[in-house]
Amino acid sequence: MRYLPLTDANRQEMLSAIGVSKIDDLFSDVPAGALLDKPVDLPHGKSEMEVEREMASLAKRNISTGTVPSFLGTGAYRHHVPATVDYVIQRGEFLTAYTPYQPEIAQGTLQALFEFQTQVALLTGMDVANASLYDGATATAEAALMANRVTRREKILASGNLHPHYAGTVDTLARQTGFTFKGSSPSPAGSDIAALKDQIDSETSAVIVQYPDIFGHIVDFTSLAEAAHAAGALLIVVTTEIVSLGAIKAPGSMGADIAVAEGQSIGNALNFGGPHVGLFACREKLIRQMPGRLCGETVDAEGRRGFVLTLSTREQHIRRAKATSNICTNAGLCALAFTVHMTLLGETGFKELAALNHARASQLVDRLIEIPGVELLTPAFFNEFAVRLPKKAAEVVQVMADSGVLGGVPASRLWPSSDLNDILIIAATETNTDADIDALVNALEGALA
Amino acid sequence: MTDILFSEEHEWVRVDGDVATCGISEYAQVQLGDVVFVDLPTLGAEVNKDDDCAVVESVKAASDVYAPVSGEVIEINEALETDPGLVNSDAQGDGWFFKVKISDASELEGLMDEAAYAKFCKG
Amino acid sequence: MLKDGRPTRPLPANDSGEPFATFTGSRALEQDEPLIFEMDSPGAVGVDLPTKVAAKTRLGDLARQEKVGLPSLAEPTVVRHYTRISRLNYGIDTGLFPLGSCTMKHNPRLNERMARLPGFADLHPMQPVSTIQGALALMQHLKNWLSVLTGMPGVALPPGAGAHGELCGMMAIKAALNSRGDGEKRRRVLAPASAHGTNPATAAMLGYQVDEIPENDRGRVDLEAFKAMLGEDVAGIMLTNPNTCGVFENDIRAIADAIHDIGGFFYCDGANFNAIVGRVRPGDLGVDAMHINLHKTFSTPHGGGGPGAGPVVFSEALAPFAPIPWIVGDDETGFDLIESSDQGATTSFGRMKGFHGQMGMFTRALTYILSHGSDGLMQASGDAVLAANYVKARLQDVMSAPFGDGPCMHEALFDESFLKDTGITTLDFAKAMIDEGYHPMTMYFPLVVKGAMLIEPTESESKESLDKFIDCLRFLAEEAKNRNVERFQQAPRFAPRRRLDETQAARKPILRWRPNVQELQAAE
Repeated sequence: MRYLPLTDANRQEMLSAIGVSKIDDLFSDVPAGALLDKPVDLPHGKSEMEVEREMASLAKRNISTGTVPSFLGTGAYRHHVPATVDYVIQRGEFLTAYTPYQPEIAQGTLQALFEFQTQVALLTGMDVANASLYDGATATAEAALMANRVTRREKILASGNLHPHYAGTVDTLARQTGFTFKGSSPSPAGSDIAALKDQIDSETSAVIVQYPDIFGHIVDFTSLAEAAHAAGALLIVVTTEIVSLGAIKAPGSMGADIAVAEGQSIGNALNFGGPHVGLFACREKLIRQMPGRLCGETVDAEGRRGFVLTLSTREQHIRRAKATSNICTNAGLCALAFTVHMTLLGETGFKELAALNHARASQLVDRLIEIPGVELLTPAFFNEFAVRLPKKAAEVVQVMADSGVLGGVPASRLWPSSDLNDILIIAATETNTDADIDALVNALEGALA
Repeated sequence: MTDILFSEEHEWVRVDGDVATCGISEYAQVQLGDVVFVDLPTLGAEVNKDDDCAVVESVKAASDVYAPVSGEVIEINEALETDPGLVNSDAQGDGWFFKVKISDASELEGLMDEAAYAKFCKG
Repeated sequence: MLKDGRPTRPLPANDSGEPFATFTGSRALEQDEPLIFEMDSPGAVGVDLPTKVAAKTRLGDLARQEKVGLPSLAEPTVVRHYTRISRLNYGIDTGLFPLGSCTMKHNPRLNERMARLPGFADLHPMQPVSTIQGALALMQHLKNWLSVLTGMPGVALPPGAGAHGELCGMMAIKAALNSRGDGEKRRRVLAPASAHGTNPATAAMLGYQVDEIPENDRGRVDLEAFKAMLGEDVAGIMLTNPNTCGVFENDIRAIADAIHDIGGFFYCDGANFNAIVGRVRPGDLGVDAMHINLHKTFSTPHGGGGPGAGPVVFSEALAPFAPIPWIVGDDETGFDLIESSDQGATTSFGRMKGFHGQMGMFTRALTYILSHGSDGLMQASGDAVLAANYVKARLQDVMSAPFGDGPCMHEALFDESFLKDTGITTLDFAKAMIDEGYHPMTMYFPLVVKGAMLIEPTESESKESLDKFIDCLRFLAEEAKNRNVERFQQAPRFAPRRRLDETQAARKPILRWRPNVQELQAAE
């Protein structure tokens, strides 16, 4: 087996040094009958070529977004990732490193994390950010738990226009850990911020809103932040398309206390939904209640600047049952990919990328609203918007897929038992060309005809 | 002000009238090493003897601090927020944690004096 | 002959033998590299985007006016920056990485190539199911492997890493107890003192009281003490096996029977499954739920701290409570996704993550599994255990192994008693290994052993590599015995950084770059 350097002769020598005759002797603590005497009944090892063939045959049974006009969003977005990003993250020094517990020989990972934390804080307009969480949904759940710790209250309110996977993740934790989670029904035609304000009371620990929301609406939530703060509650702002923050106001500038986001759009492939990278930022005064790893600046014994994981007493390996979160492994390499891509973009590139995304989506809207029966529900949006169709959206999407166009996500996929059957959520990014837009318009016209 | 008293969990108490000033012992701070953060109780909170009411963190450990007596927290040492190192430099003086208005003075009876505590630490 | 000779290398700067301080602060290949924020070159750009598109602006009144504050750098600068800082890192590709409990084995590059096939990497999670049949097939294949290897019928793929898997397993247990009306009274979870910190953190998150089970003098659960802790209020046990002391819990069946007898469940922390994969099926031992760290056992890269993946295998009793989404179907009928409890997953405890799990890790893990096959996996776990026992056998006379009597599993545990009275700590010893070109072993874990050193050599090391490592540790142990404290207390001397001041980092946390801080420092 190509990954195993020991030869049979080596094994024999080692067994005699240990003083046993065969490897099975080392498993003498395994209860009788539980030690298998032959491999389980599945295929034996394969050559590199054979494995490639087998995996490629599975890959071929999928339609890749890179091969057809594709307009899917709702929390995962296809963007162009520069070749440099993949080069950097495939360097063995990054790829095969562990969590930087030995800072003297992990400054590469640590410095990149420090840059990552700074970038995330800048994008969200918050004071500090952590070194990443699994994804946007779990980051939202961690934010809810953190708000409960900070306010010592146990009631979380959420907008109905929060991604249902995110709401579901918080709801699961609420039911299992015993706090109250009050979600709302989705409102595709507009934001439900006014209704949320009315629900805030003295028990509320936080209000969660998505920005841009699941249908694409962008609204100013400054007044919601004020209402939450007046009641002693926090405002958690969730962003599933981080590129949007190059075009629209930062959550921090509208009064968010915790800003969480899905960072996949920058540096990371769609990967069928994972691994992605959860971004988590907050106000400075809350840092000791933050979940996850934090990288901090310090000096070494010679006075040279260096970086370490810090405030680790919040974490499970020190605090055990009293930790702020049970998280251990996070999304280090995805965070590195994010950082490298964001560094390549820089101030100008990031804003231009955001502008291009918005322009493509706006251009697409101009075309779609010309189609009879298609109604735009989101007057203000970034790169994703919702339309009402004169037919069931899931059926329309299937017809378009059969003709080779991935034309959006039907709301019924996200809320199967809702009455949102006629709503389609469409995203456009810099990867979409004029020809893609023509193809979508044609496919939609065809499907509606 | 009375002499200093100690608990088996390495907290100390100095009583002045019905007010007890509490902190962690010199012995405890040496065990912890460099203190980096102290999480103090909320002002006005009612604490019961032996409740965990504060947390003291060094780089590698976080330790709960138990209330040596019951009562209402009437003052906390805000200086620890900016300078947690006070716990190392003067654990039984400037590095105090909080003051409690004692609700049951009889609880003090179970605590050790300096000599008994020194003996306790030697174990 | 020229009497003085020509120097072939620069003379030391001073009597102590310290090298010159260089002008740049760099040391040859080891470059001193600023932060990207200190390299800002306004006007430079690292990407060229397609030409602008003219379209109506529809941002309401929310356009971002203020600067983000990102620095501007051209592509060559960025490539060099990250290449330079990468060289300050130690990875598996650099050398032997004996970090116990973390399984730093070889990361095959084939796995990376397969994960990047556009047919996997460029799939959107919300594509119509008809367009993702290959992805769902891959997930079913992986589930089947995990199920057969563990002897457990249910598999949940969503968890994002080990700790998330623990949460998944414990939530399923809680849901199962609730469904039989037992949830309210069962408030305790038992876990050994040697457990990973994530175990008590997970149980506490779910509101359980966590009671520590004592160890016996063989580094295993004290069976009698454990039985005495059992009662109708116990929800379950969380136990790592092979355990964190690197030994197999030989009473595991009795433990499983005892917990089942009182109506509780057995959660197994599968972080160390790599020691027994292909040889022992946890399902045969009475386990009800176990997570598998794909980034350990199946070698998806650790990446400096993730991403990982922590699928959970379930017994028949717990399988119905698995998180959504569920994948159903087979190669004949085609595959489907059940993404909501409304679609029939009524027993599921719910959702715990966006979308469908860490697909990029599934492709890597399956590639690794297919490459090994059932025979190769059996050989891999055997070699891992062999290597650890070899290390233990050859070091036991100079270092102290607390539970050294019987064989260990995939990791060899030592304690600090061989350093007694030398003035050298486990930390010092570990840092001296850095100077020798090794990544240190896991230190001070498990907590039940004083000054623990947990060495996991993995199956990826050749015998020559193991011998050299062993010789090095023997040398260091000898140096310690001779009280050559300088070598240890000053270590590391040759790493990119000397020991870092963690106290300062924690007392006055600086968690991001800020321009004003730099300016203030300059002004001082």
